[in-house]
Amino acid sequence: MKTYEQINKRIESGKAVVLTADEIMDYVDKKGLAAAAEEVDVVTTATFGPMCSSGCTLNFGHSKPKIRMSEAWVQDVLVYTGLAAVDVYLGATQLRHGDPANMYYPGEFRYGGAHVMEDLVAGKTLQLFALSYGTDCYPLREIRTYFTINDLNQAIMLNPRNCYQNYNVAVNDSDKAIYTYMGTLDPNRKNANYCSAGQLSPLLNDPFYETIGVGTRVWLAGAQGLVYAEGTQHAGGGERTPNGIPKGGAGTLALTADMKQMIPEFVRGVSLRGYGVSLAIGVGIPIPILNENVLKRTCIRDRDILAPVVDYSSDYPQNTGKVIDYVSYEQLRSGQIEIEGKTIAVGSLSSYYMALKIANLLADEIRRGEFTITRPVAYLAKDKRMKPLLIRGKPS
Amino acid sequence: MSRTITKKLMLFFPKCECEKPIIYHLVKDHNLIVNIYRAKVTPEEEGYLVLDVTGTEKNIAQAMAFVKTFNVSINETGKGVVRDEDGCTHCGHCIPHCPPGALRIADKATREVVYNAADCIECLACIRVCPFGACASAF
Repeated sequence: MKTYEQINKRIESGKAVVLTADEIMDYVDKKGLAAAAEEVDVVTTATFGPMCSSGCTLNFGHSKPKIRMSEAWVQDVLVYTGLAAVDVYLGATQLRHGDPANMYYPGEFRYGGAHVMEDLVAGKTLQLFALSYGTDCYPLREIRTYFTINDLNQAIMLNPRNCYQNYNVAVNDSDKAIYTYMGTLDPNRKNANYCSAGQLSPLLNDPFYETIGVGTRVWLAGAQGLVYAEGTQHAGGGERTPNGIPKGGAGTLALTADMKQMIPEFVRGVSLRGYGVSLAIGVGIPIPILNENVLKRTCIRDRDILAPVVDYSSDYPQNTGKVIDYVSYEQLRSGQIEIEGKTIAVGSLSSYYMALKIANLLADEIRRGEFTITRPVAYLAKDKRMKPLLIRGKPS
Repeated sequence: MSRTITKKLMLFFPKCECEKPIIYHLVKDHNLIVNIYRAKVTPEEEGYLVLDVTGTEKNIAQAMAFVKTFNVSINETGKGVVRDEDGCTHCGHCIPHCPPGALRIADKATREVVYNAADCIECLACIRVCPFGACASAF
C-alpha cells in the first residue's frame, strides 16, 4: 500500500520506479504481483488518435479601437463568438468556409478547425477576420489581422470528450465503399478499422476509474493539463467482461491544457475522406500504483480486451445497437480478423507507435521529477448509461 | 548470356517528346519486357511514366541510352508515390488498402509503419485514405 503523497515524494527525489503499460505485464510476471506493487510507483498509459470532440478557447486581446467580435474566422474557419468580446472557441471538426464538404462525394476535407489547431501549436502565422455590429464601448465593426500563438493571451485546449475507454471495430456489409469517421471501409466486409491503444490506453488500465478522475493531472500533447470533467457520453455502466473490461465505448474524459506548452508532433489535423475533419491528439496518463489491485489492472493485455464489430453501412447509422461479433486487440493487431468464417484485413486509426512514444516520454518526465501525480478531486461514475435522443412530436 | 534483371524507373518526358512511341522501341528493338504501373503522358504537356523493365543488363543499358537521346530524364531512385516521414503518424490505416504490402508494420513491438517504394505498384490508394496527407504523388 502506498499513498499519493509517498509516491510524489519518491518522484520529487528522482527515485520513482516508473514503467509503461506496455512493459508492466512482463515485469509483474517476472517479479510477482506483491513484490512489484511494493517496488513500482507509477505505470504510464497513453493514446494517440482522432478525437473529434476537441477544441480550444482563444483570447486575442483588444485592438485599438476595440471590437466585440460577433462573427469570426481563423484561417477562414468559423469560430464561436458567443462569449466575451475577444474570446472565441475553435472546434476541431469545423470546416473551412467554402469547403464543398460532400457535394463532390467523397469530399476531401483538407483543412478545418483541427488543422488550425495544428498550425497554431506549430507557431505558424494565422489570419483572423472578425465582424461586429458595433457598440458604444466596442465601436470597431471589422478587423483583419495576423497572429501567432505567442500573440494570444490564452490558447487553452478544451476537449469535451477524449480517451474513449474502448471502441468499435468498423466494417461495411453493403456492396459499395463507405466513408466514415472510422475511415474508408471497402464493400462486403473487405476490411475492418479499429481505434484504440488497447493495452496502453488510459481507461483500459484503470477500468473502474480508481485513480483517474476529475482533477487528475494528464500529459496532453506535451503540456501538463488535467481532467476537468467526465467526458461527454461517459457511460461506464455498460456490459463488461468477467475481468471488468468494458465491451464497448464506456468511459470518457474531458481534458484541458495550455496549448503554448504543447509539442506540435502530438496535435495533428485529420482529413477523413467523405466524412470530415478531426483532431488526432496525444494523451498520457500516469497511474499511481497505490496497491496490488491497481497494479493488477494495469497488467491487462491486448488479448484480454474485446472490441465490438459493428456494421457502419447499416447498424451504426440506423442505431440498431447490433454487434456482429467481438474480437480482441491481439487479433486486431495481427492484421487480420476472422468474422463468420471470413478473413478480413485490419487497419487502425489510432497509432500505437505514437502512444508508446508518449508513454515513454511521460515515464521519463516522472523519473526526472518533472511530473507528479494527483489524487482526483471527484471520481467518475461507474454506473452511468448512455441516453438516446428521442424524436418527439411537439408537446401540446 | 548475361543475367536478366528488373529495374523500376520513373521517366520524365519534356513537352516536346510526348508524341513519340518510345516504349514501343524498348520492346521491339531492345527486347525488354515492360510493365507500366502508371503513366501521364499528354500531348502538349509534360509527362511521367513509372514502369518496370526486365531484360539483360546490357539491353537495359542500351535502351536507357536510346531513351536519353529524346531528352527524357530517367529517375532510378525517385518513385511516383512519396511518403512524408514527418507527416506519417504510423496509425496503420493505409495498410489494408496497400495491395502489394509496400506499406507495412515492420516491427510488431513498436508498430512503426514503413514504406518500401520498390514494392509500390502506384495504385494511389494510400493517397486517398491517409488521414494525415502523408502520402503524395510526384505527378
